Amino acid sequence: MRLETQDLAIGYPERRVAEGINLTANAGEVLCLLGPNGSGKTTLFRTLLGLLKPLGGGITCDGAALAALSRQDIARRIAYVPQAHNASFPFTVKDIVLMGRTAHRGAFSAPSARDHESAMEALASLGMATLAGREYTRISGGQRQMVLIARALAQAAPLIVMDEPTASLDFGNQVKVLSRVRALAEKGLGVVLSTHDPDHAFAVGDRVVFLDQGGIVAEGAPQEVLTPERLMEAYGINVEIVRLPGGQIVCAPSYKAE
Amino acid sequence: MSVRDVSCASHLPAWGIVGTLTVATVLLAVSASLVGAYPVSLAEAARIVFRWLSGTSNGSTAETVLLEVRLPRIAAALLAGAALAGSGAVYQGLFRNPLVSPDILGVSTGAGLGAVLGIFLSLPIILIQGFAFIGGLATVAMVYAIAAAVRGREPILVLVLAGVVISALAGSMISLLKVLADPYDQLPAITFWLLGSLSSIRPADVWSVLPAILLGLVPLVLLRWRINVLSLGDDEAKTLGIEAGKLRIIVIAAATLMTASVVAISGVIGWVGLVMPHIARMLVGPNFDRLLPASMLLGAAYLLGVDTLVRTMSQVETPLGILTAFVGAPFFLWLLARGRHGWE
Repeated sequence: MRLETQDLAIGYPERRVAEGINLTANAGEVLCLLGPNGSGKTTLFRTLLGLLKPLGGGITCDGAALAALSRQDIARRIAYVPQAHNASFPFTVKDIVLMGRTAHRGAFSAPSARDHESAMEALASLGMATLAGREYTRISGGQRQMVLIARALAQAAPLIVMDEPTASLDFGNQVKVLSRVRALAEKGLGVVLSTHDPDHAFAVGDRVVFLDQGGIVAEGAPQEVLTPERLMEAYGINVEIVRLPGGQIVCAPSYKAE
Repeated sequence: MSVRDVSCASHLPAWGIVGTLTVATVLLAVSASLVGAYPVSLAEAARIVFRWLSGTSNGSTAETVLLEVRLPRIAAALLAGAALAGSGAVYQGLFRNPLVSPDILGVSTGAGLGAVLGIFLSLPIILIQGFAFIGGLATVAMVYAIAAAVRGREPILVLVLAGVVISALAGSMISLLKVLADPYDQLPAITFWLLGSLSSIRPADVWSVLPAILLGLVPLVLLRWRINVLSLGDDEAKTLGIEAGKLRIIVIAAATLMTASVVAISGVIGWVGLVMPHIARMLVGPNFDRLLPASMLLGAAYLLGVDTLVRTMSQVETPLGILTAFVGAPFFLWLLARGRHGWE
């Protein structure tokens, strides 16, 4: 699985957000998307998912133009994990995960026994099987995020796009969700995720794309892209990048007022 | 405990509730057929129905009462309740708003305007029904066109607001027709019809709306799982592999067809489409698989119960719509006050 963009321009008819975007997402790899607020991360995701028409350039999925694929075809190739939200109705956790099987069903059919199994497998693989009968509206934000990831797994697409999967999660859940993300990539899935935290990119990212000033300003390994200079330029803050004795790289901003 | 146990635990009681509702509705329908100004015993009723089925009807008073008046009215109450509650459940899921009902898109008022126009022009009953039907569908089409024209904002909010505005417009046109109507002949008919009533239902009315209601119901039953997915919102539904825009139009058209055909024979009966889906959701959860049958059964039983009350309580019939509002409005307030269970 290989999702590629060619000189992609994104935005809305009345406002171009970014252009000249060339990026590739591969199976078995975590691609992190960073950039300041308003740099176009969400717009790019919506375009990659086919929810928004590109203003220019193209997107290909294993060589096939995304624009030529039906919703169902796209859903079988790319799964989407939105930010943990509050559903309007108290579906059970299992019902929510079952909805991931929609692209594999005909228009008139309800989920089959096989779909029920896939849903339970997806939940079990994230250690969430015991939550199956609970109401989605009554579990914690961290659990909801995991349920949405389980739904993406049940969708069985080779690529998963996650919009700030750690937003609004507590510290512990952020780490748990990200370690699951890493494990999914180890199993061969491709993951594209957006985040505001450079530490997350250092922790799980194979590659980083930095979006700013209407386009991609840098792409490559986390250490190459997330330099103190770039973070200064993008966010206007002083940052020190530190390698811990264990090999882990973290980002330590200075909190001193200028 | 295996993972299967967990999933079954959430399904079995829900289907049990649907089964219980079915039995209760049937029992209610049988009892309703026996009571009234001319009581009929169960044995007598069974004999009449048997004679009717075998084509040997003898034209007795009991037979006329049961076959020409009471059973058609019961059938109409069941159909109207089921259709209103079923389409209410659909609208609520589709607009992700539990305060939405068939009235919200202006379906009821639009159909009302059509029917009032028919009465005003002294058209035959079949044309009045046709007018009601066209009025309902035309209103939804207009509301949808306005919502489509005002793009870029919160689409559901625009849709609901457009529904309210068009509804108000249709309401004022109804008032105009009432002012212009003949006060001795047409006005009472219009007023009574607007309040909602099943008192003048005839067998032909039931047969005329049955196909339309079924035509609306079939796609809803077939698409029930996709309606679940659609209730997550258009973007999410699309990423899950659904052509959300097309599906939404099909489902709205189907639900509107059901509502408009009911309004055409019963007049405007409020609150059923709003309150019954709530109760159903509290009983069986939001999954359309169970919510649709549960809402329809509850709506059918409720409207039959209320209609049986109004026709047996006193000599002068209270219009049905008055009683459903009397029961429905406080009940809805109670629902609001008791918490948000069943929706967020």
